Amino acid sequence: MLKFDRFGIFCEPAGVYIDPWKPVEKAIITHAHSDHARWGSKHYLAHHDSIPIIKLRLGADISVQGLDYYETIDMNGVKISLHPAGHITGSAQVKMEHKGKVWVASGDYKLQNDNVSVPFEPIKCDHFVTESTFGLPIYNFPDPQIVHHDINAWWKTNNEQGKNSIIIGYALGKAQRILKHLDPSIGNIYTHGAVANINLRMPEKLILPDTRPAVEFIKKENAGSIIVAPPSAIGTPWLKRFEPFSLGICSGWMQLRGARRRRGGDRGFVLSDHCDWQQLNTAIKATGAENIYVTHGYKSIYAKWLRDEYKLNAVEVDTLYEGENIEENKPEENEQAEEVQ
Amino acid sequence: MKKFAELYTAIDETTKTNAKVDALVHYFSEADEKDAIWCVALLIGKKPKRTIKTAELKSWCMELAGIEEWLFEESYHVVGDLAETITLALPPSKERKDFSLHGTMDKIMSLDKVSEEEKREYVQTTWNLLSTPERFVFNKLTTGSFRIGVSQQLVIKALAKQFHLDENIVSHRLTGKWDPVNVTLKGLLFSDNKNDDHSKPYPFYLAYQLEVPAEELGDLNEWQVERKYDGIRGQIIIRDKQLFVWSRGEELITEKFPEFNSLLNSLPDGTVIDGEILPMKDGKPLPFHVMQTRTSRKNLSKKILEDAPLMMMCYDLLELEYNDLRNESMNMRRTKLENLLSEAYAKMKDLPLVISPVLECKDWDEVKSERLKARECLCEGLMLKRKDSVYEVGRRKGNWWKWKVDALTVDGVLIYAQKGHGRRANLYTDYTFAIWDGEQLVPFTKAYSGLTDKELLQVDNWIKKNTIDKFGPVRSVKAELVFEIAFEGIQPSPRHKSGIALRFPRIARWRTDKSPNEANTKNDLLQLIQSLKV
Ligand SMILES: [Zn+2]
Ligand SMILES: [Zn+2]
Repeated sequence: MLKFDRFGIFCEPAGVYIDPWKPVEKAIITHAHSDHARWGSKHYLAHHDSIPIIKLRLGADISVQGLDYYETIDMNGVKISLHPAGHITGSAQVKMEHKGKVWVASGDYKLQNDNVSVPFEPIKCDHFVTESTFGLPIYNFPDPQIVHHDINAWWKTNNEQGKNSIIIGYALGKAQRILKHLDPSIGNIYTHGAVANINLRMPEKLILPDTRPAVEFIKKENAGSIIVAPPSAIGTPWLKRFEPFSLGICSGWMQLRGARRRRGGDRGFVLSDHCDWQQLNTAIKATGAENIYVTHGYKSIYAKWLRDEYKLNAVEVDTLYEGENIEENKPEENEQAEEVQ
Repeated sequence: MKKFAELYTAIDETTKTNAKVDALVHYFSEADEKDAIWCVALLIGKKPKRTIKTAELKSWCMELAGIEEWLFEESYHVVGDLAETITLALPPSKERKDFSLHGTMDKIMSLDKVSEEEKREYVQTTWNLLSTPERFVFNKLTTGSFRIGVSQQLVIKALAKQFHLDENIVSHRLTGKWDPVNVTLKGLLFSDNKNDDHSKPYPFYLAYQLEVPAEELGDLNEWQVERKYDGIRGQIIIRDKQLFVWSRGEELITEKFPEFNSLLNSLPDGTVIDGEILPMKDGKPLPFHVMQTRTSRKNLSKKILEDAPLMMMCYDLLELEYNDLRNESMNMRRTKLENLLSEAYAKMKDLPLVISPVLECKDWDEVKSERLKARECLCEGLMLKRKDSVYEVGRRKGNWWKWKVDALTVDGVLIYAQKGHGRRANLYTDYTFAIWDGEQLVPFTKAYSGLTDKELLQVDNWIKKNTIDKFGPVRSVKAELVFEIAFEGIQPSPRHKSGIALRFPRIARWRTDKSPNEANTKNDLLQLIQSLKV
């Protein structure tokens, strides 16, 4: 039922693309990260909670229809529904049922509960499209509760030394997850414009601690604060006003010593909105799918593992999705531009 | 191991020297005596011999992780470090136990006497009781690849601070032969017996590359100009009628240089000379690769000794008649060195020592032109030393500068690419370059570093679109992009298809202005080798 062509993942009988990277007639968007939600299509379909951000990024005047999780629509005889992916707010797996066969395209997902997005639910299916950003056995993420505890302890130590803490994470997803778990009794919380911009568009049910815009930061009065900023802020003069500060970076790549050192942060926190090795294996087994399509990440290695270990019919698929990239950050670049406008 | 791993992590995750020293002081203030001496030994690079093969560690890890070798290798390729790959691939441990550092080291050293089964048992049990940072340090220790981002200078600083000692004293006491198994830290630092170890070298004084125009160093009369030779920096020590030869890495290498045995008869007791050990014939240095063939041999046959005779190019005199001269001026030391050597020549004609000639230059322009002659003289450049400078400890700025000549360059065509490590795991960043041999492109070097992040992304993108073939992790690409490769040395190498081998190649820049047919040829490089010979 699904085809992978030069526009994206195509559901032919329904006539709809999933996360197309070129303009098409109809597009279902799994989530609002900019490598999945791209510009130029005529009609979009996404989860309700994704829509404010999709509009922020692709323009307020786009044609977009919102769906709830589990709500089923019919497109040319294909039953289509969205299911929680646990990646970021509004992220969804797309379930497609046609002639007795079930296909699921998962977009990006994780099994950890981040207390921000609706947790991932495995869907029984015959064909499953998975990402493989961290599809190697060396990626075993620690319990997020411990990571959040470490972040607060780090903030507290800095605060006691009169230093600010700058914590880096994607503006959409990671930033809210960080904010949600900060302990406001330690000090003031500030947000970079790109993060504030996203926070404004979060669903009402998400309660985040009180934050102030970073532009209001006054050095003398606010020593010991924490500032939540996107990766694009690293190495820019924007950081200067917070001196002295310690820089912490939240990313799954922080599991690797080389990445921690090269990134030039003072601390690396292993916090990711993608699956690690165990999560990927668990999720794929839970779907019961026999046919697996492995996209962005270590796709050829991970597909071979699935074939060898679980005897699944797994193939790698070329896509233009980017995974968790702390280096070149399109989403954040867009948001910075928005901040300037 | 817990505290030691914490120390490791603290040092590893900062680039700030003060933070590193603080972490060290903190460790020394609370570590067990026996652990502390091991810590110092490991920090300054004293490694016990390896008792476990890395292949064994790898297979025990794969067993626990439930993965096959191909997947381990793929992971290793991404991580780029074996100890870390093992650390991360192992399932996270559920129980914890804090082992002492010295106990762990004793155990590791004793493993050469036990069966493989017993080794496996020990290593796997230990893995299951360690946290991730502890595991990493443990694996580094067992694979014999323990290294940490502190200079000896910082360790000295921290010890001096913690034990209220003078840095120079600490530094001298740490040098030379000692074994963490049979000394204590206090015993080592507070031993007042000057005669305890006669083999000890002085810490080397090292220079930084000159960063400003030479004129800014002021009056040339205040400077001594010498060549910077390309050999093994070393100290020759004669004390108690014994000879010791030390390398800059503080390795005792006396046995490798039987030429120097004769010095016992020609130099007085209580002498320490700092210089460069070089292969020389008829008073002229030979190319560096002659030295390499010499040092790589275990048995020094007569033929090798004849083909690659070694001498020391003497730079400095650090001790004379058991007196430490380091606080005297360069001028004074130089005069004493000259006198010493002429007396020694009088005793022995074919003395394996030469004094490093001082270049007499009228002005800085002459110094500059001397620098450009470096390659003809098989040198790396010049050394500029203030005539009134004392002999300092470690790498210091101000009184001594090295002034190397610019690297050599060659334009090569990108033909193969491989993915990088770590955060660059998804980017093609490891390149192989080719030069023309007639109509054919032959690979001649690999290079990894040198491009900006932005360029890396561009090249990566280009590679993905211009792949001709994939084999394993390697892609061959269209011969289209030209890069300038900088390197420090070049030598003939029959093992390579191109017939040449480069020393320290790196990417100098992306020549977007050049087409592949403008790249260099094998002939160009062979000519370069010829032109560098005297
Ligand atoms: Zn995403
Ligand atoms: Zn993605």
